[in-house]
Amino acid sequence: MTSALGSAPTGRDDRRARPTPTRAYRFRWARAAGTGWLYVLPALVMYAVFVLRPLVLTLQYSLYDWNGIGVARWVGLDNYLTVFTDSDLLKIIGNAVVLIVFFSFIPVALGLLVASMVRRITTGAFGTVVRTILFLPQVIPLVAAGIAWSWLLSSNGLVNQVLRAVGLGGVARAWLGDFDTALPAVGVIGAWVLLGLCTILLVTGMSKIDPALYEAARLDGAGPVREFLAVTLPSLRQEIGVCLTVTIIAALASFDIVYISTSGGPGLQTTVPGLEIYRLAFSQRQVGLASALAVVLMLLVLACVLPIQRLTRGEKP
Amino acid sequence: MAELLTKFPRRRTVLLASLLAVGMTATACSAPGEDRSSNPTSDTAVKTELGADPITLQMYAETGFPLAKALADEFSKQHSNVTFNIREDQFTVIVENAPRVMASDNSPDIIRLPTMVDLVKDDLLKNLDPYFTAYGWDKFPASQLMQLRVGENTRGTGSLYGMGLGYSVTGVFYNKKLATQIGMTQPPATVAEFEELLAKAKTGGVQPIMQFNKNTAGINFPHQALQNQFGDPTQVADWIFQKPGATFDTPAALKATQTIQKWAQAGYFTKDANALDYAGMVGEFQKGNGLFMFNGDWESANLDKAMPGNVGFFLFPTESPGAKHVAMSAPNTFGVSAKAKNPDAAAYFLNWVHTNAKAREISVTVGGSSPGGPSDLPVPSAAENTVLAETLKASQQLGAENGAVDFTANATGGIFAAAITPEMQKLIAGQQTPEGYVKAVQAEYQKELSR
Repeated sequence: MTSALGSAPTGRDDRRARPTPTRAYRFRWARAAGTGWLYVLPALVMYAVFVLRPLVLTLQYSLYDWNGIGVARWVGLDNYLTVFTDSDLLKIIGNAVVLIVFFSFIPVALGLLVASMVRRITTGAFGTVVRTILFLPQVIPLVAAGIAWSWLLSSNGLVNQVLRAVGLGGVARAWLGDFDTALPAVGVIGAWVLLGLCTILLVTGMSKIDPALYEAARLDGAGPVREFLAVTLPSLRQEIGVCLTVTIIAALASFDIVYISTSGGPGLQTTVPGLEIYRLAFSQRQVGLASALAVVLMLLVLACVLPIQRLTRGEKP
Repeated sequence: MAELLTKFPRRRTVLLASLLAVGMTATACSAPGEDRSSNPTSDTAVKTELGADPITLQMYAETGFPLAKALADEFSKQHSNVTFNIREDQFTVIVENAPRVMASDNSPDIIRLPTMVDLVKDDLLKNLDPYFTAYGWDKFPASQLMQLRVGENTRGTGSLYGMGLGYSVTGVFYNKKLATQIGMTQPPATVAEFEELLAKAKTGGVQPIMQFNKNTAGINFPHQALQNQFGDPTQVADWIFQKPGATFDTPAALKATQTIQKWAQAGYFTKDANALDYAGMVGEFQKGNGLFMFNGDWESANLDKAMPGNVGFFLFPTESPGAKHVAMSAPNTFGVSAKAKNPDAAAYFLNWVHTNAKAREISVTVGGSSPGGPSDLPVPSAAENTVLAETLKASQQLGAENGAVDFTANATGGIFAAAITPEMQKLIAGQQTPEGYVKAVQAEYQKELSR
């Protein structure tokens, strides 16, 4: 999904009006275009084999009842019907939606706050240190992050030790094993991972804002809050759009963190579509149903991401 | 990035759509799986000679269980023309990979197997009946190989499709120091006595049971241990073997579930059981943080090393005193792939594992399990005062009492992950009733059988 987004052409060239071509020019242009296609052919082949073909096969599989080995049976849209009527599967999709709050909204909101604070120290050695620390969670493999956090959140882990030390032993619990706290606990891990990415993107965006705007705002008597709302926020519209897009995809398509920290438990409390697709396809061998859920997940991602793209697209002031 | 997609020009959209359409027509002509060549099921005469030609046996074994490799090494030592190429994965990975690996052109000769019914249905496993006759495996106790037989959509009867590299037994390990501390002088003789010990431990400030319940439901161990005692164990076996009409919704299963709920409420399991995985459980038990642990003899050698002299083992007690013991016991199943390049050598190896004196000794010392095989062969002994010696004795006792049943988790391919694990996690957290548990497991079972 992300690779499809990442490698899509921006189409800027098409907007440029072409002069009415003479015959010779048209010939040259055609040849140039042919050479162009030749250049992108290797990438296009890879794209077709590793993105388009699996996409088409997934669509095809979703219409069959297939165990991955034997002969498949055509079932039409039955698998989709199951996805939308099975209460467990609906709960699983609901879990992913809840995770958007933790993976997306919290990192973006906190990221804005942190970015405004560290904006002034982005240059020099200290700035580099700050950026490195903030970005570190992005560099650590998600599996390692999941393992480390499951130690922190275990019943004798650091989190509970701290709670006991300050006299809050009563609320200490196995955070990832408790029905009420498992999903928020997984969310906290996600927020930690994605906060750095959002902050870095937003700091970069802020450094591009014309200082004159702040000066003008200050001359008009704006305080820090007013400055933030009137200058910083509108200028960061595109960066916020990118942050939301990336993090919402991370939330809906999450797998690693959940698989490592809870395996979807307790019960179905933290099971997310990515995990369920994998389980259905490989452990329960229902490739058709897994494919249908994958298609639904893809549509869900598009349904969440496309409006954000539209809203944050506007030209920079 | 910010202006992707929505600014996708129409021409390119058309191009993409046509590419997709081309892909569709290229792939959508036939239903998936239709192009699979049918398997060579030629039942040519089997050879029981190894010959002298060089042979490389492809083996797919389980990570963390060194027995397969130890046996392979010894076999190569005795038969210099045979070498092994061993690939290892975690068991859950094998469960997920087995069908595809066996259907591939690079199919292993010998493979550690998960549940077999689906593999037989898909023609991926070699029928071992000809070898059964050729090698005279009828001299093995029939009950030993029963779980490895697959018939028309059921298990337990029919043709032989696997052999065990060791035959495991399960029961209760206990910490001897903690047992003395709470006044346990000998293993409990009845379920009631066992429950008394649990209560004593709890009041004495000792964690009664250390059992994992994350990833997969470890509490299904005590659950089935109870279920085996509370009713006719053939009912349990019939359900696992998918006999028509068998159900999980029985008074025995319900009573077992109620007991587990009672234990959970009494705090006999750890509060973080749903966040504790298998390795964590074993680690905590070794540190002395629990009186009992429900587990199998594959941990015996490991426990002897980690807590020498301080660990004991007993078969789960019966409901009434003096009754026959019933316990989960299963072969560490290995099968021969239908596409194996050296099926005769693979079968020769499996026969050797059961009958060669040195191989049988390795099964015990490395695998910690009974080597199986013909009943007239002696079982190698383990060192005195080890838990390994106790589990071996328990295994023989269970064999003599004919009390082995398979694991309920093996009933169908998906029952453990799809029903038992999530429902058991709910049960011990008070989010599911015993009645609801039994019904949910049976519902998933029926759903899977109807596919």
